[in-house]
Amino acid sequence: MLKEEIRKKLIAVVGEENFDDSKVGRLAYSFDATPNFQAMPDGVVSPRNTEEVSSLIKICNEYKIPVVPRGTGTNLCGGTCPTEGGIVFLFKHMNKILEIDEENLTATVQPGAITLDLINAVEAKGLFYPPDPGSMKSSTLGGNINENSGGLRGLKYGVTRDYVIALEIVLPNGDIMRSGGKLAKDVAGYDFTRLFVGSEGTLGIITEATLKLVPKPETKKTMLALYQDLEAAARSVSKIIASKIIPTTLEFLDQATITVVEDYVKIGLPTDAKAVLLIEQDGSPEVVQKDIEKMTDICKSENAVSVQVAQSDEEAEQLTTARRWALSALARLKPTTILEDATVPRSEIANMVKAINEIAKKYDLNICTFGHAGDGNLHPTVPTDARNKEEMERVEKAFEEIFIKAVELGGTITGEHGVGIMKAPYLELKLGKEGIAAMKAVKAALDPNNIMNPGKIFAKDSRKRVVVGK
Amino acid sequence: MTTVLEQQTIQDEFKNRMNEDELLNCMRCGFCLPSCPTYITSGYKETHSPRGRIALMKAVVDGLIEPDEDFEKSLNQCLGCRACEPVCPSGVNYGHLLEEARDIINQNKKHSLPVRTVRKVVFDGLFPHPNRMRTVTGLLGFYQRSGLQKVARAAGVMKLFPESLATMERVLPKVPTMREMKNRPEFVPSQGTTTKRVAFFTGCLMDTMFLETNNATMKLLQLAGCEIVIPKDQSCCGALHGHSGEKDGSKELAKQNIKAFEDLNVDYIITNAGGCGAFLVDYDHLLKDDPQWKDRAVDFKNKIKDISQILYEADFHKKVKLQLPYQIITYQDSCHLRNVMKTASAPRELLRAIDGIDFKEMKDADRCCGSAGIYNIVESEMSMQILDYKMEQTKATHATTVVTANPGCLLQMKLGIERENLSDKMRAVHIVDVLLEAVVK
Repeated sequence: MLKEEIRKKLIAVVGEENFDDSKVGRLAYSFDATPNFQAMPDGVVSPRNTEEVSSLIKICNEYKIPVVPRGTGTNLCGGTCPTEGGIVFLFKHMNKILEIDEENLTATVQPGAITLDLINAVEAKGLFYPPDPGSMKSSTLGGNINENSGGLRGLKYGVTRDYVIALEIVLPNGDIMRSGGKLAKDVAGYDFTRLFVGSEGTLGIITEATLKLVPKPETKKTMLALYQDLEAAARSVSKIIASKIIPTTLEFLDQATITVVEDYVKIGLPTDAKAVLLIEQDGSPEVVQKDIEKMTDICKSENAVSVQVAQSDEEAEQLTTARRWALSALARLKPTTILEDATVPRSEIANMVKAINEIAKKYDLNICTFGHAGDGNLHPTVPTDARNKEEMERVEKAFEEIFIKAVELGGTITGEHGVGIMKAPYLELKLGKEGIAAMKAVKAALDPNNIMNPGKIFAKDSRKRVVVGK
Repeated sequence: MTTVLEQQTIQDEFKNRMNEDELLNCMRCGFCLPSCPTYITSGYKETHSPRGRIALMKAVVDGLIEPDEDFEKSLNQCLGCRACEPVCPSGVNYGHLLEEARDIINQNKKHSLPVRTVRKVVFDGLFPHPNRMRTVTGLLGFYQRSGLQKVARAAGVMKLFPESLATMERVLPKVPTMREMKNRPEFVPSQGTTTKRVAFFTGCLMDTMFLETNNATMKLLQLAGCEIVIPKDQSCCGALHGHSGEKDGSKELAKQNIKAFEDLNVDYIITNAGGCGAFLVDYDHLLKDDPQWKDRAVDFKNKIKDISQILYEADFHKKVKLQLPYQIITYQDSCHLRNVMKTASAPRELLRAIDGIDFKEMKDADRCCGSAGIYNIVESEMSMQILDYKMEQTKATHATTVVTANPGCLLQMKLGIERENLSDKMRAVHIVDVLLEAVVK
């Protein structure tokens, strides 16, 4: 419960209508898309502008109250779950696309703007904002920036980080600072833009962002290749890249996922296939045509049992069906769906998938793996039931092994979902003690009272916990 | 007000009755948010979103919160349009959760006397009885024809009612006479070769206030080669009861309807109201715990088809020449027809087949118009905000004809047109009426 004194001060800034500490109002922001994490905040505020954010954060800093900035809460790392209570900051009023600058190829947005709205708005002007996280229909750009979200187009176009060029930030002491600009070149001081991208709300609050845009590709083509052999699919991926083609999308589904998808949508996928590759290329028509032909040859030479190239938009739509339905099909199997994002160098994809299959067998789990083969970002997914404590223990252990294996192969514990609270206990695997110490020093310098999204990124203890408990 | 004791009972009932698997099935991914009209219209309040509402229901089950006034408000403000269901990756049956929750609250809460009276009259006294529906509609007819309407309007009586109700009074269709409503056929042969035998679910509102639309429906079915059986013993579908927390009432009606239709030896049971149809196809869920009825409910459900769907499947639009003077036509989805019965392309294809017109899709045609049964009366403020948005999109198409597929939507769109003072430029019609108008004789 908030002290009346603090409550009054917060209301004085945003007004009664933008402050909520009712039980129902707080409950609605006690969770995000991460399974099994729930904690009540003490209040919820919806500031209307940067100055209000600054005033609010000053109050929180004075009273040392945790601040949890939140977009639409679609993240998968527990990043916006208010595990230590405090005040949830919503950006539903600060949700405008402020400007699309066609001369400088930039878009300036408020943090609450919806990702897909921006994508649509810039495409209407013949421009392109490539980051396309799976939740883009509902996710906010502020959330994407704080989590450094990826997506299906990451292989060719990179991730959110590669498109953020300027930020307006409110620091924990209430100072308002700006980093970067509409500039391709800018080396004036530390690169705070990059530091804040992916900072998961632990350093300050992003109140405005300028994003880089690129010209919209002229055309896109889609193809689908089926394999009886996992290694052959992996070799195809390597060969495609080695022959100097960077496709927009290079997605992978393993046998377990194919089976689940086919059971659910019944589109005639061969369930004995060991792997499916969904490949898309965009660009000028000539280049796209040439690349698709070349990739078809590569897949065939690697013994793909079938290679289909879509001749129309409808056919392309059909070919992407399996990939689009992967999450739905998996989510419908069991009440709880745990989706991870261990990532390895793309040359290690086959090794990683094999390791995941062995780990699944060892812990007697049904782990289905799909993901972005082109950039090594895999989504091993376990359909399970949070009420089954014994199975959840096994899920826990299996994921721990998967993370260890990924790091061993030169990879990382998270490619695009973020650390949050879910993977905080594993961060040391990736960074080592020294890395963690250096990051903590940065955090302490900017946020000495540790009010910004406390408990995230850095684990409180070494107790390893991925999915169990509250 | 809900008393502490009532809250306790409601909480216990939530624990006993809410489907825990279904609640857990929501993985809180938030994919439903952009599809929810109340989430958007409330200014993005999570408490007014499907994900938020499910979390609240679960929190009541888990004992994290009490079912207080705020909780009830969140559930009451849901339109029940079920637009969240097709976009849900986990396939959560949100509609079922909402109905169960509303039933628990309603059965364990003592309503104020006026509310209790209205509910009793509507749910027990009126809708289940076709003769009484006719009487009430007859009274409305008397009101409209006797000059009383003119007097009432001149005297400003309607000013005593909320704005939406007062406007509603102006847009109600000219109702049929008692004689027209009473003399209904029980069998109608097809025109030309009979290709199908169908039964017609007439609906209580459709067979009184919208009698002409029911006549048009039968005419189109005839032209499509269907012979039609119209069983006399059929009743109200029970949707109004089901959506308002009167589950027992809707079960009784379901049984009566299953009985009325099961021995007719028909290929399909046709409805022309998306709201009714969606409830009829849910009878198997409604009666799932009743061993005597559950299989019969499945047989019944499997035969339900919307008029647009059967016309489309029977190639009506290819066999019958359709033509109208030039006009722009747009189509507003019936939420339940689209989200529950999954009929979305058939009505559009039928309209596109009309020669001489320009069919223009409006933006967000799949978003609720705010009618939602009696929602536009009980949650008038939110409903009118939703309607305003809908009218903006409608106007942007420059359509002069707005087509709908459900009586509630039809009245709501008429209301929207009236509120915008566009009655002389724009009309709202049921799809069968516009199709019959287009049939070249």
